[in-house]
Amino acid sequence: MKPIKLVNVTHRIDERTILSNLSIEFADRKVTAIIGKSGSGKSTLLRMINGLLKPTSGIINIFNSPINYSNLHTLRKKIGYAIQGLGLFPHLTVEKNILLPGKAHLTKNEINNDTLIRLLDLVSLPKHLIKKYPYELSGGEQQRVGICRALFLDPPILLMDEPFGSLDPLTRFDIHNEFIKLQKTAPRTVLIVTHDMREAKKLANEILVIDNGMIQQFGITKEIFENPATVIVKELLMIAEA
Amino acid sequence: MRFFFLLFLTGFCEAQTIRVGAKHFNEGYIISEIISQLIEDNGYEVERVYNLGGTLVCFEALKINTVDVYPEYTGTIAAEILHSTEKISNEEISKQLKDQFQIEMSGSIGFNNSYGLVMLRSFAEKENIKSISDLQQHPEIAIGLSYEFLKRQDGWDNLAKTYQLKLQPAALEHGLAYEALRDSKIKITDAYTTDGEIAKDNLFLLKDNLDFFPKYEAVSLYSRHLDEKIKSILKKLEGKLNEKEIQQLNASVLFEKKNFNDVASEFLKKKGLLKMTTVSHEVIIWIDILSKTGTHLKLTFIALLFAIFFAIPLGICVYWNPSITKLILYVVGLLQTIPSIALLAIAIPFLGIGTIPALVALFLYALLPILRNTITGLQSVDPILKNVSDGMGLTRTQRLRWIEFPLASPMILSGIRTASVINVGTATLAAFIGAGGLGEFIVTGLALNNTQMILRGAIPAALLAIVMELLFELIGVWLIPKHLRA
Repeated sequence: MKPIKLVNVTHRIDERTILSNLSIEFADRKVTAIIGKSGSGKSTLLRMINGLLKPTSGIINIFNSPINYSNLHTLRKKIGYAIQGLGLFPHLTVEKNILLPGKAHLTKNEINNDTLIRLLDLVSLPKHLIKKYPYELSGGEQQRVGICRALFLDPPILLMDEPFGSLDPLTRFDIHNEFIKLQKTAPRTVLIVTHDMREAKKLANEILVIDNGMIQQFGITKEIFENPATVIVKELLMIAEA
Repeated sequence: MRFFFLLFLTGFCEAQTIRVGAKHFNEGYIISEIISQLIEDNGYEVERVYNLGGTLVCFEALKINTVDVYPEYTGTIAAEILHSTEKISNEEISKQLKDQFQIEMSGSIGFNNSYGLVMLRSFAEKENIKSISDLQQHPEIAIGLSYEFLKRQDGWDNLAKTYQLKLQPAALEHGLAYEALRDSKIKITDAYTTDGEIAKDNLFLLKDNLDFFPKYEAVSLYSRHLDEKIKSILKKLEGKLNEKEIQQLNASVLFEKKNFNDVASEFLKKKGLLKMTTVSHEVIIWIDILSKTGTHLKLTFIALLFAIFFAIPLGICVYWNPSITKLILYVVGLLQTIPSIALLAIAIPFLGIGTIPALVALFLYALLPILRNTITGLQSVDPILKNVSDGMGLTRTQRLRWIEFPLASPMILSGIRTASVINVGTATLAAFIGAGGLGEFIVTGLALNNTQMILRGAIPAALLAIVMELLFELIGVWLIPKHLRA
């Protein structure tokens, strides 16, 4: 069972090619970091996978069947999506933010408050925060809420777009560790977009380097660091080592 | 079905409520009130539809049967209703009204409210001036004329030609002319022949001996289908009220600040036209204010409610179909630019007068602020949040209900607030088409130059606007989390 498989996927906006003829399979229940400079097509790739964008050509298979664009609602039940800082709804309390995917996909009886408590524990969020609004939380707390929300439906696939981008190094360190713990207890297929090589090294089993919409290198993390395939990969690594 | 129709008909006949219209000016109120009291005295119920905004409104109301009778002037009928450019006789006017509109005209009530030239009586007697022709001998007399009279077809130029006058007129504001006359700064000015000032200042109206001015004789207009008994009651008024008398009545309302109800009944009693002792229409002022405020609120709120339930869904549709945004906003914006009074006038042929057209107009005015704010509010929701909602798998409706609408609600609420304040203000104009409300005080007060009466309507209306603001402020506090309030 391959969770995500892209076959000859190209995405163009007007004349500009964002992704060019990408064919790639992501490993089941592994963390893959997607790395590249700004504008390389990382975020676009993520948004292709949960159907927010439709490829100009090519096929995207999720669990062996091509995305059905007329029923994205069902697809997204299987895909958690977390993005940097701003993704929380300002008018909803922490609790309501986390429960929202449940509200969208489950009946009232199916929504389980134990899940909420368990998730809060998992990311070390104090329970008294649940009645607060996002603006009353620190950046790190907000990030954790975002992760809880993405995990609420226990999706087999988790897409994270620079989820830790706005955090200070200490908080980031803590969340990284929580993330690793999480992945150990309940492994799932995770794609994490980042331009932080160190983060990639720490969290990811595999790394995909893209540039200009094209694959530069794709492989096991260790391999990439040992044998960078192109100049661009080398450059990115150098920044990480610095 | 037929049963209901009959029931409806009998209901109609038994009620015998006669609706008397009035134009919103002093003399209009007095004549209409005389007509109303006379009809009441003969055992009928009368509904007073006063403050109607001009000839067009009155005549349309009569045509579509929302008013049964109202007083009009023959000259106005000829010019504004029959669009006649030449002098036509009363018989001809009467015939044309019947043929074209199925409307009948009574004989003259007795006075002619036309233009005329007036001068201080003492001066006229001293110089022995009785008619306009006599002015030929006095080219030196200072004459001051209103701007309107100087410009009109039936104004100075043609008058001077007809009478071969050599006087050199100075132009001045009509409101100031009487004062100038009292202070002897001018000796002659133009006037309406029924102006209360003529009686009050003891002025002398020069005889139009060459019959230059068109006749503006007061008559009653009514449908030919009006009950014959009512028609015969109206006949009793014919020839009963001459110019001197109407000048006196106008003066008692305008300068002695008498109530026009009382002035009307005093006149009828004096003429022996009232059988019963007057049914006094003593109204306690604050109850009157409360009831008009109630009507005002009713108009405002019902229109606002309909506008909310129409504009918000429309705003959502427009938001979902961005290609029509411009068109819809343009059309609704266009509606907003139509002056309220014009909108009311346009609506009369379709909707008549009274509450319904007023509600429709208020509804249309409330649309734009609500619609615009709904669209802008929805559009300005952070696109990242929209993306996250989609990524989470919210359907379009879920996204709207849980995310976009709540986030747009402060904006939408402020649109509703704007609309409500606009409506409180615009609803004062509803008085012009007989829908009542605080505007009645204002319109009547303006017509009678009665500041106290204007304030009786203006102060509660201003208070209502403030209350509306506060009310929506409170609704905002109640509905919207603190950090999201504008």
